[in-house]
Amino acid sequence: MESTNAKYVSQKISKTRWRPVSSSALQQPHIFATGSWDNEDNKISIWSIGDHGLPGMEDELEGDPQLLCEYRHDGDVLDLQFLDQDRIVTASSTGAVTIFHHHQNSQTISVARQWARAHRNPCDNAPCTGVVCNSPEIVTVGEDGRIILFRADQEGAVRIIENADSNSIHAVTFLRTTEILTVNSIGQLKLWDFRQQSSSPSQILSLTGDRVPLHCVARHPNQQHIVATGGQDGMLCVWDVRQGNTPFSLIEAHSAEMWEVHFHPTNPDHLFTCSEDGSLLHWETASHSDMPSFLQGGRNNSMISRSAMAPAGGNQSLISAWLAGDSGKGRLETTHMLPSQTLSVNSLDVLGQCLVCGTDEEAIFVNRQVPV
Amino acid sequence: SQFTKLLVPVNLISAPTSDTLCLCLTHTHTPFLTCFNSYLPVCVSGATGSGSSLIHVVRKDEDIYSPILRKLFNESHHIFVGLQTIREDLPSKNKKPQFVSISKSYRSVIRACMEELQQVSILLAIELIWNLCEVLFIDAVPAGSLLLHLLDWVRLHKADVDEKAREVLQSESPVEHHGYWDVVVSYVLQGRLEEARQMLAKQAAQQYADKNMYKLMDNLLSKMPVYNPGSIHTLTEFDVKWRHWHEEVDRCLQDKSFASNVHLELICKILVGDEDTLLEHKELLSTWYHFLVTRLLFAHPTIKPTELHYYAQSCMAMFLDSRSAPETLDSILLAAFDFDIHQVIKDCSIALNNWWFVAHLTDLLDHCKLLQSHNLHFGSNLREFLLLEYASGLFNHHSLWQLAVDYFDHCPEFGRVYLELHIERVPLDTERKALKVLRICEQRQMPEQVRSICKIMAKRALRNNRLGSALSWSIRAKDAAFATLISERFLQDYCTRGTFSDLDLIDNLGPAMLLSDRLTFLVKYHEFHKLYGEKCFTEAAKLLLSLITAKIAPRSFWMTLLTDALPLLEQKEVSQTHPHLSLGLCDITQPYL
Repeated sequence: MESTNAKYVSQKISKTRWRPVSSSALQQPHIFATGSWDNEDNKISIWSIGDHGLPGMEDELEGDPQLLCEYRHDGDVLDLQFLDQDRIVTASSTGAVTIFHHHQNSQTISVARQWARAHRNPCDNAPCTGVVCNSPEIVTVGEDGRIILFRADQEGAVRIIENADSNSIHAVTFLRTTEILTVNSIGQLKLWDFRQQSSSPSQILSLTGDRVPLHCVARHPNQQHIVATGGQDGMLCVWDVRQGNTPFSLIEAHSAEMWEVHFHPTNPDHLFTCSEDGSLLHWETASHSDMPSFLQGGRNNSMISRSAMAPAGGNQSLISAWLAGDSGKGRLETTHMLPSQTLSVNSLDVLGQCLVCGTDEEAIFVNRQVPV
Repeated sequence: SQFTKLLVPVNLISAPTSDTLCLCLTHTHTPFLTCFNSYLPVCVSGATGSGSSLIHVVRKDEDIYSPILRKLFNESHHIFVGLQTIREDLPSKNKKPQFVSISKSYRSVIRACMEELQQVSILLAIELIWNLCEVLFIDAVPAGSLLLHLLDWVRLHKADVDEKAREVLQSESPVEHHGYWDVVVSYVLQGRLEEARQMLAKQAAQQYADKNMYKLMDNLLSKMPVYNPGSIHTLTEFDVKWRHWHEEVDRCLQDKSFASNVHLELICKILVGDEDTLLEHKELLSTWYHFLVTRLLFAHPTIKPTELHYYAQSCMAMFLDSRSAPETLDSILLAAFDFDIHQVIKDCSIALNNWWFVAHLTDLLDHCKLLQSHNLHFGSNLREFLLLEYASGLFNHHSLWQLAVDYFDHCPEFGRVYLELHIERVPLDTERKALKVLRICEQRQMPEQVRSICKIMAKRALRNNRLGSALSWSIRAKDAAFATLISERFLQDYCTRGTFSDLDLIDNLGPAMLLSDRLTFLVKYHEFHKLYGEKCFTEAAKLLLSLITAKIAPRSFWMTLLTDALPLLEQKEVSQTHPHLSLGLCDITQPYL
């Protein structure tokens, strides 16, 4: 595996995201955005790792990210998503939601639109903690327990679900075009259907009796009922949202908060997680079956610490295959992606063969040869 | 001078004497500070007994370093943590190469920063000092290799020779370039005899008259013995060979073999180590320590580490003007040649306005077991003292405080106390930051700090009417009193609005509800209403009865509970199927109706 070198950037990185590549181009991504946090002057920055040269070329120097442009950001960047090739949406600790426009010709950034106090509390700021886009729709969540639906071209909010959650919402993702999933600080996964007018979730899932805060949620790219979450105890949970109240798999992934979990967008047998414990893990199923091992449910023998009950009505044949101790199926391989332990890895993104992540040690790591 | 001195009267923490080094710190808020915006090292000068001593506050002139210095701090933090985890049980001969490698890592971080900065003066000085310390203390090479390492050291810090050489070689006619002979002489002064020979060959090619002289010089240059640490020959054997060569060079001088060519004669004098000739080229040498190394190269190549200080002193004296006092840097280097590690650290602490350098260097030297325990008046050892001061400065930085935690972790005596004090002052703007701070506290078993942080977050949530959040924070803090307070707010809300809020939370508290009586009551009371709503009147009645008898309801709620009991009494299910329940409720409610 190619060694990944740190690039020190003088700012603690809270989020890194690849700019999407058009599917027709079949290129590897080479532009990514980062957001900083805990600075007096925070920034969003856009970086390039150069176009890929010929395969096999010695490209260590070319892999070094170069800063293209940056722009000041009011408050910590708590979430960052590309709306499209040119626009980035950020969630701020001030409660603001901002659309930035990256002008590729002049390599400058400007503010296209801002909803300054989208999330707010009566007395203090309410940080906006998560944002997810499905252009032109933008959904944001925050510590005020609100869920807000925006459209990029509209000035006001399209819909606000007040008091959606009694606790802080930590992350949001789309399940389907009209449904979203949120996770909160008391370990609940909530499904919201925008087609319904009520301000209650259509479904709530959580580990029974468990209130461990959840920090991240990701949906399987192809199978829309499969969702992965990570939380304060570093446990990776895989859920089937059709199946009810318990996760399908529980894996002791990290020894501290898991901040992000991502399925690989085109190769979802691969999963990536990063954590406060300073590690970034690449999970790869070594199973020969069609369904990746962590979707087969049940215990991961090497790691688990608590029991996962067989979901009611679950696919019995798969589960029994797992529990039957058939070592040929259901093996999960884990690889550390970073050369050595650092401070918290706050964010990662993976696209094609490229992985980028940012840490609290003010470093960015790029790996262009992720084995997927 | 690269340092500016200000004279400012400053409050001291403890009264100093003029003899002791008082490393006490004050917090100032003057605008010229670097990214350590809280303190500067001060030293006391002035006579003992004088009423108010004046303090010299030493600072750098420019303040442009901040973003680049951050890279230094982060990268060196990574190296520091790696150093602390080197296994103690390895034999020291295995550890030495690791320590040297770590020293080189630190230095490469310094050099990386230097490359990014326009003004490099202070980092250059730091790297110079560190490099010398690595050679003398960490690598601690014996005689023979010592000179080679010192040569490398000088060459690394005198890079302008290569620039000049490039300029000369790229000119139309290098041998006629005005800088040509300067380059040749500079090469010789640095012991780069191969390169000197190559340059001279160009001259020789055009000088038919002096051809033999050039050949002779080339011969001398090619034959100078260079110590090879890996060879089978001992130092003594090398010494003998070298003396032979030296005598040969001397003979050339005596024979006046180069007398007709002033340049070659000069080079010959340098090769024989003639001090006066060397001193005539102060401009090319530019520093007394270059002079020192050159002099040793051509006069005492087998110099032993213990002999260094004598030559260092005399070279400095010879080189510097008797009028000008030695600069800070010179004293530090001299102390290093003296192998006085403590003096080096002391002088660096005074001269540099942040603790980065002395803290990391001292830590490394301590790992090499080179520091005897040097007790300061409050009992901690030198390494720990410097690390604590460095880390305290980091903690005052809005962003770099996270690095400081690891430094405190590796200060066995006071680190924990310092961490406990500092961690509570980190501003908590977002929940995410609070969670990171909590993780730090929980990992180190600091329950007081955990409670205090959770309480702050709970209060903030309560202030913003985020009762659910406030309750969660109270539960995490195991703060029964606050949980009670919040439960009462929930109950008040219920009374005013008639419905419960935040049911997703209350329904899912699990065992956490036992934290406080009031909280338990809240959960159970809601459960009662749910049961009633689902028409499970028996269960509801049982629950209500237990709630009343358990006496965990707040006074203000007794009337409500009793009122709730009334419709239950009318329910056939209760009165007919479970008469004892009904009786029980009657008994209790009777006195009040």
